[in-house]
Amino acid sequence: MIAYALAFGFAALGIALALNLWRLFKGPGVTDRILALDTMVINVIGLIVLTGIASGSGTAFEAALLLAMVGFVGTVSYAKFLLRGDIIE
Amino acid sequence: MSGTFSPAIELVVSALLVLGGVFALVGSWGLVRLPSLMERLHGPTKATTLGLGAILVASVVWFQLAQGEWTTHELLVSVFLFVTAPISANMIAKVHLHRLRHGGPSESASPAGPAPSPPGGVEWATHEAPHEGTPGDFVGD
Repeated sequence: MIAYALAFGFAALGIALALNLWRLFKGPGVTDRILALDTMVINVIGLIVLTGIASGSGTAFEAALLLAMVGFVGTVSYAKFLLRGDIIE
Repeated sequence: MSGTFSPAIELVVSALLVLGGVFALVGSWGLVRLPSLMERLHGPTKATTLGLGAILVASVVWFQLAQGEWTTHELLVSVFLFVTAPISANMIAKVHLHRLRHGGPSESASPAGPAPSPPGGVEWATHEAPHEGTPGDFVGD
Protein backbone atom coordinates (compact mmCIF):
# COMPACT_ATOMS: atom_id res chain seq x y z
CA MET A 1 0.00 0.00 0.00
CA ILE A 2 2.86 2.34 0.79
CA ALA A 3 4.25 1.71 -2.70
CA TYR A 4 1.04 3.01 -4.27
CA ALA A 5 0.96 6.01 -1.92
CA LEU A 6 4.58 6.77 -2.80
CA ALA A 7 3.80 6.56 -6.51
CA PHE A 8 0.86 8.91 -6.01
CA GLY A 9 3.04 11.32 -4.04
CA PHE A 10 5.74 11.34 -6.72
CA ALA A 11 3.14 11.96 -9.42
CA ALA A 12 1.42 14.76 -7.46
CA LEU A 13 4.69 16.54 -6.68
CA GLY A 14 5.84 16.13 -10.30
CA ILE A 15 2.65 17.70 -11.64
CA ALA A 16 2.96 20.45 -9.00
CA LEU A 17 6.52 21.17 -10.19
CA ALA A 18 5.31 21.38 -13.79
CA LEU A 19 2.57 23.84 -12.76
CA ASN A 20 5.17 25.95 -10.90
CA LEU A 21 7.38 25.92 -13.99
CA TRP A 22 4.45 27.17 -16.06
CA ARG A 23 3.97 30.09 -13.63
CA LEU A 24 7.73 30.75 -13.70
CA PHE A 25 7.67 31.14 -17.49
CA LYS A 26 4.34 32.97 -17.69
CA GLY A 27 4.97 35.57 -14.99
CA PRO A 28 3.61 38.17 -15.53
CA GLY A 29 5.38 40.04 -12.70
CA VAL A 30 8.78 39.39 -11.24
CA THR A 31 7.09 38.73 -7.89
CA ASP A 32 5.17 35.82 -9.45
CA ARG A 33 8.46 34.35 -10.59
CA ILE A 34 9.99 34.64 -7.12
CA LEU A 35 6.93 32.92 -5.66
CA ALA A 36 7.12 30.15 -8.27
CA LEU A 37 10.81 29.53 -7.49
CA ASP A 38 10.09 29.44 -3.75
CA THR A 39 7.32 26.88 -4.31
CA MET A 40 9.57 24.79 -6.54
CA VAL A 41 12.17 24.58 -3.75
CA ILE A 42 9.50 23.41 -1.28
CA ASN A 43 8.24 20.77 -3.73
CA VAL A 44 11.77 19.50 -4.35
CA ILE A 45 12.20 19.07 -0.57
CA GLY A 46 9.07 16.90 -0.68
CA LEU A 47 10.52 14.85 -3.54
CA ILE A 48 13.75 14.29 -1.59
CA VAL A 49 11.80 13.07 1.46
CA LEU A 50 9.73 10.73 -0.73
CA THR A 51 12.94 9.36 -2.25
CA GLY A 52 14.25 8.78 1.26
CA ILE A 53 11.15 6.77 2.22
CA ALA A 54 11.28 4.77 -1.04
CA SER A 55 14.95 3.88 -0.68
CA GLY A 56 14.69 3.27 3.08
CA SER A 57 17.66 5.42 4.02
CA GLY A 58 17.71 8.92 5.45
CA THR A 59 21.01 10.03 3.94
CA ALA A 60 19.34 12.44 1.53
CA PHE A 61 17.67 14.38 4.35
CA GLU A 62 20.73 16.56 4.89
CA ALA A 63 20.17 17.78 1.34
CA ALA A 64 16.54 18.54 2.22
CA LEU A 65 17.63 20.54 5.25
CA LEU A 66 20.19 22.49 3.21
CA LEU A 67 17.62 23.16 0.50
CA ALA A 68 15.12 24.47 3.06
CA MET A 69 17.68 26.98 4.35
CA VAL A 70 19.13 28.04 0.99
CA GLY A 71 15.68 28.37 -0.57
CA PHE A 72 14.55 30.77 2.16
CA VAL A 73 17.75 32.84 1.95
CA GLY A 74 17.38 33.00 -1.85
CA THR A 75 13.78 34.19 -1.68
CA VAL A 76 14.57 36.88 0.89
CA SER A 77 17.58 37.99 -1.17
CA TYR A 78 15.47 38.41 -4.31
CA ALA A 79 12.87 40.41 -2.38
CA LYS A 80 15.49 42.51 -0.61
CA PHE A 81 17.25 43.33 -3.86
CA LEU A 82 14.00 44.42 -5.50
CA LEU A 83 13.04 46.54 -2.48
CA ARG A 84 16.33 48.24 -1.68
CA GLY A 85 18.56 47.71 -4.73
CA ASP A 86 21.04 45.96 -2.49
CA ILE A 87 21.10 42.72 -0.51
CA ILE A 88 23.46 43.45 2.40
CA GLU A 89 23.44 47.12 3.37
CA MET B 1 11.64 -1.77 1.96
CA SER B 2 12.35 -4.03 4.89
CA GLY B 3 10.82 -4.74 8.25
CA THR B 4 7.48 -6.09 9.34
CA PHE B 5 4.93 -3.53 10.38
CA SER B 6 1.24 -3.71 11.00
CA PRO B 7 -1.40 -2.77 8.41
CA ALA B 8 -2.60 0.07 10.64
CA ILE B 9 0.78 1.81 10.50
CA GLU B 10 0.95 1.20 6.77
CA LEU B 11 -2.49 2.77 6.41
CA VAL B 12 -1.52 5.83 8.46
CA VAL B 13 1.70 6.40 6.51
CA SER B 14 -0.05 5.92 3.17
CA ALA B 15 -2.86 8.30 4.14
CA LEU B 16 -0.34 10.96 5.20
CA LEU B 17 1.61 10.57 1.95
CA VAL B 18 -1.55 10.89 -0.17
CA LEU B 19 -2.70 13.87 1.90
CA GLY B 20 0.67 15.57 1.40
CA GLY B 21 0.63 14.97 -2.33
CA VAL B 22 -2.90 16.32 -2.67
CA PHE B 23 -2.11 19.47 -0.67
CA ALA B 24 1.08 20.18 -2.62
CA LEU B 25 -0.83 19.73 -5.86
CA VAL B 26 -3.63 22.04 -4.70
CA GLY B 27 -1.08 24.70 -3.72
CA SER B 28 0.56 24.69 -7.13
CA TRP B 29 -2.82 24.58 -8.87
CA GLY B 30 -3.74 27.72 -6.92
CA LEU B 31 -0.49 29.33 -8.02
CA VAL B 32 -1.47 28.76 -11.65
CA ARG B 33 -5.20 29.40 -11.38
CA LEU B 34 -5.69 32.45 -9.14
CA PRO B 35 -5.93 35.90 -10.77
CA SER B 36 -3.34 38.09 -9.03
CA LEU B 37 -0.27 37.84 -6.83
CA MET B 38 -2.03 38.62 -3.56
CA GLU B 39 -4.39 35.68 -4.21
CA ARG B 40 -1.62 33.48 -5.57
CA LEU B 41 0.32 33.87 -2.32
CA HIS B 42 -2.36 31.82 -0.55
CA GLY B 43 -1.70 28.58 -2.44
CA PRO B 44 2.02 27.99 -1.91
CA THR B 45 2.27 29.52 1.55
CA LYS B 46 -0.59 27.58 3.12
CA ALA B 47 -1.49 24.49 1.10
CA THR B 48 2.01 23.54 -0.02
CA THR B 49 3.54 24.05 3.42
CA LEU B 50 0.79 21.93 5.00
CA GLY B 51 1.27 19.21 2.38
CA LEU B 52 5.00 19.08 3.00
CA GLY B 53 4.30 18.91 6.74
CA ALA B 54 2.14 15.82 6.15
CA ILE B 55 4.88 14.17 4.06
CA LEU B 56 7.47 14.91 6.76
CA VAL B 57 5.25 13.43 9.49
CA ALA B 58 4.76 10.33 7.32
CA SER B 59 8.53 10.03 6.99
CA VAL B 60 9.08 10.33 10.76
CA VAL B 61 6.42 7.68 11.49
CA TRP B 62 7.71 5.32 8.82
CA PHE B 63 11.35 5.50 9.85
CA GLN B 64 10.48 5.03 13.50
CA LEU B 65 8.00 2.15 13.19
CA ALA B 66 9.36 0.29 10.19
CA GLN B 67 13.07 0.69 10.77
CA GLY B 68 13.21 1.47 14.48
CA GLU B 69 15.33 4.58 14.20
CA TRP B 70 14.59 8.21 14.88
CA THR B 71 15.50 10.64 12.15
CA THR B 72 15.50 14.21 13.42
CA HIS B 73 16.13 15.82 10.05
CA GLU B 74 12.44 15.85 9.18
CA LEU B 75 11.63 17.67 12.41
CA LEU B 76 14.31 20.26 11.69
CA VAL B 77 13.09 20.70 8.12
CA SER B 78 9.47 21.12 9.19
CA VAL B 79 10.29 23.59 11.97
CA PHE B 80 12.46 25.63 9.61
CA LEU B 81 9.84 25.53 6.87
CA PHE B 82 6.97 26.53 9.15
CA VAL B 83 9.02 29.43 10.52
CA THR B 84 10.29 30.76 7.20
CA ALA B 85 7.20 30.39 4.99
CA PRO B 86 5.33 33.41 6.49
CA ILE B 87 8.48 35.54 6.36
CA SER B 88 9.12 34.89 2.68
CA ALA B 89 5.42 35.45 1.92
CA ASN B 90 5.60 38.79 3.77
CA MET B 91 8.69 39.82 1.79
CA ILE B 92 7.07 38.90 -1.55
CA ALA B 93 3.91 40.82 -0.64
CA LYS B 94 6.04 43.85 0.28
CA VAL B 95 7.80 43.74 -3.10
CA HIS B 96 4.42 43.48 -4.82
CA LEU B 97 2.96 46.46 -2.91
CA HIS B 98 6.08 48.50 -3.58
CA ARG B 99 6.07 47.80 -7.30
CA LEU B 100 2.33 48.46 -7.55
CA ARG B 101 2.72 51.82 -5.82
CA HIS B 102 5.56 52.91 -8.04
CA GLY B 103 3.98 51.68 -11.26
CA GLY B 104 6.01 48.54 -11.69
CA PRO B 105 5.53 46.96 -15.11
CA SER B 106 3.17 44.01 -15.42
CA GLU B 107 2.23 43.75 -11.76
CA SER B 108 -1.29 42.35 -11.81
CA ALA B 109 -3.75 44.29 -9.67
CA SER B 110 -6.11 42.30 -7.49
CA PRO B 111 -9.78 42.00 -8.54
CA ALA B 112 -10.62 42.75 -4.89
CA GLY B 113 -9.10 46.22 -5.32
CA PRO B 114 -5.96 47.64 -3.74
CA ALA B 115 -4.91 46.64 -0.25
CA PRO B 116 -6.49 48.78 2.50
CA SER B 117 -4.20 51.35 4.07
CA PRO B 118 -3.15 51.07 7.69
CA PRO B 119 -4.85 53.51 10.08
CA GLY B 120 -3.41 57.00 10.50
CA GLY B 121 -3.28 58.09 6.86
CA VAL B 122 0.07 56.44 6.13
CA GLU B 123 1.16 53.80 3.64
CA TRP B 124 2.42 50.28 4.24
CA ALA B 125 6.17 50.42 4.86
CA THR B 126 7.98 48.77 1.98
CA HIS B 127 11.05 50.67 0.92
CA GLU B 128 11.67 53.69 3.07
CA ALA B 129 13.89 53.83 6.13
CA PRO B 130 12.29 53.03 9.52
CA HIS B 131 10.40 55.88 11.15
CA GLU B 132 12.05 57.92 13.87
CA GLY B 133 11.86 56.38 17.34
CA THR B 134 11.04 52.84 16.12
CA PRO B 135 13.38 49.95 16.95
CA GLY B 136 14.82 49.81 13.40
CA ASP B 137 15.81 53.48 13.45
CA PHE B 138 19.57 53.52 13.66
CA VAL B 139 20.05 57.03 12.20
CA GLY B 140 18.19 58.89 14.92
CA ASP B 141 20.21 57.38 17.78
